[in-house]
Amino acid sequence: MALEKTSRRNFLKGVLAASGAVAASVAPQQACARDTLQRPPEGLGLLYDATLCVGCQACVAACKQANDNPAEFNAMDKLWDTPLDTSGHTFNLIKMYRNGTMEQKDSELNGFSFMKTSCMHCADPSCVSACPVTAMFKDPVTGVVGYDADACIGCRYCVAACPFGIPKYQYDSPTGKIGKCELCRHRHDEGHYSACAEVCPTGATLFGRTEDLLAEAKRRLALKPGDWATMPRGRLPAQNETPEQAAKWKGLLDQSYEAQVGNYLQHVYGEKEYGGTQVLKLSAVNFEKVGMPNLPPKSSAATSETIQHSLYGGLIMPIAVLAGLTWVAKRNVVADDKAALSLSPSPASGGGAQKAGGKS
Amino acid sequence: MSVHSHAAPEPVGGKLFNTATFILGILVAVMFAILIVRFIFGLGAVTNLNDGYPWGIWVVVDVVIGSAFACGGFSVAMLVYIFNKGQYHPLVRPALLASLFGYTLAGVGVLFDLGRWWNFWHILWPTYANPNSVMFEVALCISAYIIVMWIEFSPVFMEKWGMKVQKQKLEKVLFFFIALGTLLPMMHQSSLGTLLVVMGPQVNPLWQTPIVPLLYLLSAITIGYGIVLFESCVTAAAYRRQIEMHLLQPMAKVMLGVLAVFVALRAGDLIVRGALGHAFAPSLEAFFFWLEIGCFLMPFLLIGSQGARRNPAMLFLAGCSIMMGGILMRINGFLIGYDTGLGVDHGWNYFPSIAEMLVTIGMFAIEILAYIIITRRFPVLPREEAQAAH
Amino acid sequence: MPLAIEIANIKNAKHSTETECRLVADLRIKGKLMANQDLISLETDHRVEETAERLGMSRREFLQFCAAIATSLGLPQGADAAVAEAIATKKRPSVIWLHFQECTGCTESMLRAEHPTLEKLILDVISLDYHETLFAAAGHQVEAARKTAMEENKGKYILVVEGAIPTKDGGIYCKIGGKTAIELLKECAADAAAIIAIGSCSSWGGMPSTGINPTGSSGVASVLKRPVVTIPGCPPNPYNFMSTVVHFLTFGSLPALDQLGRPKFAYSRLVHENCERRAHFDAGRFAMDFGDEGHRKGYCLYKLGCKGPETYANCPTVMFGDAGGGTWPVGCGHPCIGCTEQGVGFEKPIHAMAKMKNIEPSVFLPRIVEEKGVGSSLGSAAVLAAVAGAAAGAGAMVAKNLGLSHKAEELEQAKNKGQKANETTEV
Repeated sequence: MALEKTSRRNFLKGVLAASGAVAASVAPQQACARDTLQRPPEGLGLLYDATLCVGCQACVAACKQANDNPAEFNAMDKLWDTPLDTSGHTFNLIKMYRNGTMEQKDSELNGFSFMKTSCMHCADPSCVSACPVTAMFKDPVTGVVGYDADACIGCRYCVAACPFGIPKYQYDSPTGKIGKCELCRHRHDEGHYSACAEVCPTGATLFGRTEDLLAEAKRRLALKPGDWATMPRGRLPAQNETPEQAAKWKGLLDQSYEAQVGNYLQHVYGEKEYGGTQVLKLSAVNFEKVGMPNLPPKSSAATSETIQHSLYGGLIMPIAVLAGLTWVAKRNVVADDKAALSLSPSPASGGGAQKAGGKS
Repeated sequence: MSVHSHAAPEPVGGKLFNTATFILGILVAVMFAILIVRFIFGLGAVTNLNDGYPWGIWVVVDVVIGSAFACGGFSVAMLVYIFNKGQYHPLVRPALLASLFGYTLAGVGVLFDLGRWWNFWHILWPTYANPNSVMFEVALCISAYIIVMWIEFSPVFMEKWGMKVQKQKLEKVLFFFIALGTLLPMMHQSSLGTLLVVMGPQVNPLWQTPIVPLLYLLSAITIGYGIVLFESCVTAAAYRRQIEMHLLQPMAKVMLGVLAVFVALRAGDLIVRGALGHAFAPSLEAFFFWLEIGCFLMPFLLIGSQGARRNPAMLFLAGCSIMMGGILMRINGFLIGYDTGLGVDHGWNYFPSIAEMLVTIGMFAIEILAYIIITRRFPVLPREEAQAAH
Repeated sequence: MPLAIEIANIKNAKHSTETECRLVADLRIKGKLMANQDLISLETDHRVEETAERLGMSRREFLQFCAAIATSLGLPQGADAAVAEAIATKKRPSVIWLHFQECTGCTESMLRAEHPTLEKLILDVISLDYHETLFAAAGHQVEAARKTAMEENKGKYILVVEGAIPTKDGGIYCKIGGKTAIELLKECAADAAAIIAIGSCSSWGGMPSTGINPTGSSGVASVLKRPVVTIPGCPPNPYNFMSTVVHFLTFGSLPALDQLGRPKFAYSRLVHENCERRAHFDAGRFAMDFGDEGHRKGYCLYKLGCKGPETYANCPTVMFGDAGGGTWPVGCGHPCIGCTEQGVGFEKPIHAMAKMKNIEPSVFLPRIVEEKGVGSSLGSAAVLAAVAGAAAGAGAMVAKNLGLSHKAEELEQAKNKGQKANETTEV
């Protein structure tokens, strides 16, 4: 392309400024790299043990009651609450893995297994990272991922972002909200912990500090399958818990009972996934088969925010690029009137004018 | 001679009411009727949106694709003012107009899709801001860009209404808005891609990559040129005007250059990440991947040679092909490749409902209708030279 | 909707309904053999009047009782009349009642069933020829009565066994009249028409067999090595025993039994399934401690160790003591201890958690992956196709027109070429 000298210089300047902007927007700076967040030390959570679960759905009913949610019907006779999945009106659900003749509980082949579906309360939640208006937020102490409907704009980015498919929107309402498990944080002040754990008859859902729950999960994994062992129910007291601390919560302190140790997979789901979750799960059936995705230890929120902050951290780069662009633009902008009215070719339009001239 | 390249824009004139505008008007009315239902009974009443596909065509087509289609203004302005290719100046105004409507409607379209739209102002209110959120950045940038574009375009109205003093004042600082108008789309067009990143393994590896912002930016720029080719050809055909071949030809070459960089990056990224295997799986995703790649490669076949570039039909088809590639890339990333990659299949289905599609169609109808009205009544398109010139 | 279909299917739930169907079919065949009169026609029958008088009931009470028996057996319409007729006319079957390692609780409970006066009925409907607790006589006198009854009713009498049989050390831990329990049992069983093991002890060993089982206590079936009717429970519900006997009396055969010898009419459902507190279980409302708020409100006792979910018995429907609703262990606020279930009652600690036997998946539970959302419909696919088609068509038209005008232009340019030097622009 034959370009006039002055024009070429300007062109090259433009290329420089623009490619600088593009390059800067591409190379994520190491300084801005955001590590995957870890669980807060006092973070609260649940431990769900699929081998203890009997599928009674008491937790589903209790959750509906605690959150004042209506029944959802998917059967022909609208008699029973039959949600097919968690939804804007169902925050907790027991789903069932079924295979073949379904004879053996907790067996992958010809068996069945239960799986609780509810918010995992990630250490580094995608929904919190995604939410543009901080309607999703993670409590710095308890680590509970909460939702504020008054802030929410209903963009449903949290729904799209969550790898567990947990935040759900109420599409049936003109003023729909996002619905998700908030670990019954609205009941904590009354001394009630998560309703699902409160009612669970077998301790399959256990409430407590995630740190303690993780230790409990590891204790169970170390036991011999088939042996009888003591299993706590309701709330797992923290190690070295003082009576004052215990008095914060209602209900019997010790509800433990003897149960048979399940045939666990040696994997505490949620220990490392996405930097860890505050809800942990044990199962005898492959986690992917019971609907829990195989996630890397690095959260996608970390990846996303690393990119985001490399580009826009402190607005340094946008301002720098803007300054460059402004400088270049100022040199190149010719007022429409002048450009249109002046018959002499301006330096800026020299190249074009020359070419066009050849044509006419 | 230079008058040719710098022809002052003037209104096209002609009747506003004809068959085309009548049909477009009906489509717009249908859209409003559906939107009334949506606002009274909720999203579920008219859309097929569900929790497996919380974003349907209203987001993906109206906003993500709509705004990419509106990149003509940005792409051409960048060429003219930043790379100082002044000869493309006549293309700026029409492209800017299309962008203006594309973006304004994308902004309005978001409101239809927002579940709690009355809280929309939260996104601009500092106490609610979450700077970690890609969506926040996108929303802020698009809002700002819409304002900037109206400022960039306002000389058109000032000319029409004879506001000479104001126009002169504005033109003194216009360079800043032009710079801002180049920066902002770069920021949010790349971020529209970054929206995918936080979705993690739910997005098929064919579309989930850390360099997705760059890919979306580059593709938006090429789509910008593609849409200018498309628009110029269609406007010429519709208004029976001369096609600015002398401008489109070199611009098509620039477009091919950017496209080549884009395709190389896309391929290199897939190979480096080892995700290319997914493209050979017998799946719907792989099919749509190749369709997308095909659309992006087609322009090289169509207008690879200089001779072909002289043919406006070829330029038009190349523009269409690039637009199609852009559409597919975005639909693939947000809908077809979503929740089906490494994530566990949750059994969700989505296909837009008729009402949903009619709203999207209505949005595009508004855009075309407004383009017709404005170009007929305001000085946007360059003054047509006497046919005898050629 | 697959879930809905499955829910429709559950209404024909495999287990219990199957049993009932077989039972009804069974009785239909039997029905042909019996005098199939309806109850109204028996109203004026003098035999009914006489029998009612003999049993110390009004005629109406007697007929109600017969109907109740027929119902508790799950018999079809008309069977009530057959029962009434059988009780009124058939010769009372001879019953020999043996006691081994037991507490006499079974007998006591039987005697206290009083609505109607069941003990009268037992003594009058059946001819109780040997029963250590109820006989006034003792020693050789009674043993002689037993021998006589056995000889007179050879092959026709009913043998009822209460209490476990010690088998260790030659069975020396329980002797009556110098004979071990084993010898006595074998002797009496030889010519019995039917053998009924009443109570958990005789059913499988019951309480004496728990732990190290020092005397080698065993059930009747394992000692005789032949199947017998078992009416487990500690004590068993007298109605279950009565109904079994009346069934034998009416039809000359035993009711349908499960693999453990238990009559299906009484033992085919888990206590949990018909429990009056079941709704609380489903809703997750549990008593956590005796006397706590939940306990006082009548919440589910599962967390207190209720064995209802693993115990087959009809306690929640038949109840105990004929004193009205709620008179059964769970109704009174104590968890079921699973006394009718071998391996549960006396074996598991009373407050240990029960194993859920019916976690045979509920159809209401969604699968891990359920099809959700709306896919393409004919209409929506057509609209999309129409839009795509229109766009493609319009695009093709525009391209064609552009191509044509381009060709014309090229031609014109070629024409002009000769006249005017055409400078090609490099692009």
